[in-house]
Amino acid sequence: MCEKAKYLISGDCALNMEFGSNISEEVNKKIRAMALSIEVKALHGIVEMVPTYRSLMIHYDPLKVDFYELVNTLKKIEQNLDNIVLPAPEVIEIPTLYGGDCGPDLENVASYNNITVEEVVEIHASKEYLIYMLGFTPGFPYLGGMDTRIATPRLQTPRSRIPGGSVGIAGEQTGIYPVSSPGGWQLIGRTPIKLFDPHRKNPILLKSGNYIKFKSINEEEYKKIENELDNGNYEHIIYPKKDGVN
Amino acid sequence: MGQFRIVDAGFMTTVQDLGRYGYQQYGVSVSGAMDYVAAKLANILVGNDENEGLLEATMIGPKIEFLDAAVIAITGGDMQPVINGVSLNLNKSISVNKGDSLTFRGMKKGLRSYIAFTGGIDVPVVMGSKSTFLKAQIGGYEGRALRAGDILSTGLVNNVQFGREIAENYYDYGSGKVELRVVLGPQDDAFTENGIENFFNSEFRVTNNCDRMGYTLEGENIEHKDGADIISDGISMGAIQVPNSGNLIIMMADRQTTGGYTKIANVITADLPKIAQAKPGDVITFKKSTLEEAHMLFKELENRIDEVKIQLYAQAKNKTEATKAKMVKIYNITVNGTSYGVKVEEL
Repeated sequence: MCEKAKYLISGDCALNMEFGSNISEEVNKKIRAMALSIEVKALHGIVEMVPTYRSLMIHYDPLKVDFYELVNTLKKIEQNLDNIVLPAPEVIEIPTLYGGDCGPDLENVASYNNITVEEVVEIHASKEYLIYMLGFTPGFPYLGGMDTRIATPRLQTPRSRIPGGSVGIAGEQTGIYPVSSPGGWQLIGRTPIKLFDPHRKNPILLKSGNYIKFKSINEEEYKKIENELDNGNYEHIIYPKKDGVN
Repeated sequence: MGQFRIVDAGFMTTVQDLGRYGYQQYGVSVSGAMDYVAAKLANILVGNDENEGLLEATMIGPKIEFLDAAVIAITGGDMQPVINGVSLNLNKSISVNKGDSLTFRGMKKGLRSYIAFTGGIDVPVVMGSKSTFLKAQIGGYEGRALRAGDILSTGLVNNVQFGREIAENYYDYGSGKVELRVVLGPQDDAFTENGIENFFNSEFRVTNNCDRMGYTLEGENIEHKDGADIISDGISMGAIQVPNSGNLIIMMADRQTTGGYTKIANVITADLPKIAQAKPGDVITFKKSTLEEAHMLFKELENRIDEVKIQLYAQAKNKTEATKAKMVKIYNITVNGTSYGVKVEEL
């Protein structure tokens, strides 16, 4: 962990700390550690932070904090990153109804990889996926670590409307569409969970640095969760990540 | 509290404040007024908090009918506002009556006008802001641009201010030529020497693709050393993206929070209103600035806005005192079916 971050100027109200040249869980851990350290210290003049694959963008208010002072403070925090103890990341369970109308491309994915539909579901729901970052649309997670045995290229012709909650595969990536939008992912299932609800106390459910675990559910369970969500009595299943589990 | 009705929404009119902060890490764009200086001034003129919700009108202004009396101010681009057929000054707070109609003759200078109402616009605060974020359909009035027939309410009025005026011109929007000062980075090292030279020494033209998300400019090709793609990272307001096509995109209020194209430089905050008011066909040039200069210019601008605030409050105070000294009230009295305006003056 000796590689030092690059401090890149991104206009007069933001700077970008770049922690590495590639996408890796190691680099992401550093970003999470840095962001949490800054949050704990509640540094004056920081407007907000945006973690991405290999960097942390820090939006600051130059009327409140001097740039060079800010960089010095950040460098001190960075030097100390290896010594801080981080809380375990959280794993959030995403109940998913695979196949059928909810996952019209599940069979495509199976036949493309010469495995059965059941195997696709089992492989997809077996792992805890790291949320590297959120972006593109509110609450859209960029997930890492999908098993290459279910990797499938995007559709040749994108769909003009994909319903919110759709779970899909694009190349070696898997993801969830938080809101309805056009897209070319192979759709394998759908979750009733709302990743984005502007009127909820926490409008966005996911956070970078945490993990997602898909859980296969049947139609009855899907409807039950949907009802509970409507009535406001659904409780998300969230637990601390255990080391070594993936 | 009062109401006004949108008779015609113009090209695109939305409710904005100074933006929705704190959610970029979740992929939620900041939004907010494109020309933040004009928005602040409009609110200050009518005695609101700088960050109050107001209307941002683009290119073709709306037609508004006042269902109640109100105090308004219009700033930013000059769309030639008119009340009941009489031209209005920009940068001045004026009192309008119930039944009055606000229209615009057409865009003369700039691209975006701001209409502030004393008491602000009463729309729900969504995730800390009244700004409309069109792509996610949140904030503002039902998460969308205004349409004919919409009826909006203004907020509570503590202290009605009219007759306030700002004499100073902050920006000259109309010339068709815009020089933008920029700070290089974060990926200026992804470009060849030739690419950087073209960036600073040639002219670019604003295309029709200039909305709240970004301004696409065409001009000389800006050459990359090794392609335009990077591993996605954060995008700040005014960042200048250079995709492989070689055209530039200046990222604006509704920009995505992250993106995978190289960013050669960033427009300085003090110059953002200039690009927010640029229109298709305008010629853009870039001038190199430093971080120190950018911060200094931003501070100077904010100080000027603070001074205006102090001056206007002083104007308002004098006015209130003058009014107190001599109370004048006008009553409408009907006697035997004939209306009379009666002026009652305190002795």
